[in-house]
Amino acid sequence: MASTETTAQDRDGGDLAGLEAGLDALETVQTGRKPFRQTFVEKILPPVLAIALVLAVWQALVSFGIVDDPTKLPSPGAVWGVLQDAWLKGELLGYIWTSVSRGLLGFFFALLIGTPLGLLVARVRFVRAAIGPILSGLQSLPSVAWVPPAVIWLGLNNQMMYAVILLGAVPSIANGLVSGVDQVPPLFLRAGRTLGATGLKGTWHIVLPAALPGYVAGLKQGWAFSWRSLMAAEIIASFPDLGVGLGQLLENGRNASDMAMVFEAILLILTVGIAIDLLIFSPLERWVLRSRGLLVKG
Amino acid sequence: MATTLAKAADGTEAATHAARIEHVSKSFAGPAGQQLVLDDITLDVAPGEFVTLLGASGCGKSTLLNLVAGLDRPTSGAISTDGRPALMFQEHALFPWLTAGKNIELALKLRGVAKDERRGRAEELLGLVRLKGAHGKRVHELSGGMRQRVALARAIAQESKLLLMDEPFAALDAITRDVLHDELTRIWRETQLSVLFVTHNVREAVRLAQRVVLLSSRPGRIAREWTVDIPHPRRIEDTAVAELSVEITEELRGEIRRHGQH
Repeated sequence: MASTETTAQDRDGGDLAGLEAGLDALETVQTGRKPFRQTFVEKILPPVLAIALVLAVWQALVSFGIVDDPTKLPSPGAVWGVLQDAWLKGELLGYIWTSVSRGLLGFFFALLIGTPLGLLVARVRFVRAAIGPILSGLQSLPSVAWVPPAVIWLGLNNQMMYAVILLGAVPSIANGLVSGVDQVPPLFLRAGRTLGATGLKGTWHIVLPAALPGYVAGLKQGWAFSWRSLMAAEIIASFPDLGVGLGQLLENGRNASDMAMVFEAILLILTVGIAIDLLIFSPLERWVLRSRGLLVKG
Repeated sequence: MATTLAKAADGTEAATHAARIEHVSKSFAGPAGQQLVLDDITLDVAPGEFVTLLGASGCGKSTLLNLVAGLDRPTSGAISTDGRPALMFQEHALFPWLTAGKNIELALKLRGVAKDERRGRAEELLGLVRLKGAHGKRVHELSGGMRQRVALARAIAQESKLLLMDEPFAALDAITRDVLHDELTRIWRETQLSVLFVTHNVREAVRLAQRVVLLSSRPGRIAREWTVDIPHPRRIEDTAVAELSVEITEELRGEIRRHGQH
């Protein structure tokens, strides 16, 4: 045994640190950002091509007289003309802002209500049993169904719009948080408990951050629901005093049988919905997932 | 060795043991009624002692560790520890929303360490596991071995007298595991922690421990104990380690064979 000891001692000491540094270097994966060219070819080019194709088909339908009725299908040029007109009159940004400000403010209130509600449902067994199923059920109720009662309760005003947004978005946000909390690995809870994170400390330091990916997914869906509910409310409850948002613009186009205006409104609703998602929610989601190493690169 | 000294000085003061497990039994409600998992376990871990619990599947070694960690209560018997023990799992259990350094700082924060001291202390602990400069690294950017070292640093950050380890190196490759055995031995000797280390790997048990406790399976009972007085540093391929491992393996196989006979 004596000989074993001396040789072992020779191999120990500074040798171990070097060995370990080598192992660390070998096993650490190097990751870097993709070059712009690759991003362009993989991410930007395909949707641009798809849009170009749709425009080409649309133009062809009009040019070759396949649909020969501008009250049914206006040409892309005509829709562009209406857009340009609204821009030059200084009305375009006004339409967008009326709807976006309503949507975001409503979403913000939905966030303030949905978050504590979701936490309560996720953590308190009685509350979950009592309202959990109703909350998930509400998600499948089209929010347009809330417009008639909201008009009767609150009248034709902005409050009614916010009420419809809340009823649409709160269940999504709360449910996102609930499923986020449910998917927290039990190992994290055990690890947290051995570190002394119990009760409220555990909720704050372990449960909430661990549930963040599910929560953000809920926010994303909550925004989609907010925007849809708002458009439904604006179309059904259009009233001159409320200011013209995108939903009213669509309804005005219908009343005037102006198909170019209807297309303009639909395009704007779609564009704004996508833009808010691309500018706010998708980056937020990517950041959360990437910082945890959960974003799998194609 | 420290083991025998502590055993001789068996008294009632808290300082004479890091953990004391007295006649502990644990049963769970199973499909066939109450199922006894641990049967009358009595075991002391002396301050600064390194004990490995060795056993095949179903010996309840993880259950015992959970009981000592206070994550579960024994059905009968008593467990006392010198303060709240730290616990390391087979999975690193680092929080992926925090950097390596912040994981350690969270442990310090939950222990009540002042904000301006945490960063420096975390750096020190990272230095202890030879990961200086990894403070800002995300968990997914670290290799398996590095993650377990951060987890070890986080466990040490709790400044517990007792470190419980639940097969912490079982998921690592052989080379990394061997290196971490050396690291753990070095850190154990530097910090004078008491360690209760659960494993099913006989060589690992012999290479690390001062005392190896063999548990029988279904229900878990203490079958036999060995005092390991092979001097450190030990190597996994040392003849002394190998010889004792063979002896313990024979015993373990005997325990397992008994289950095939009825």
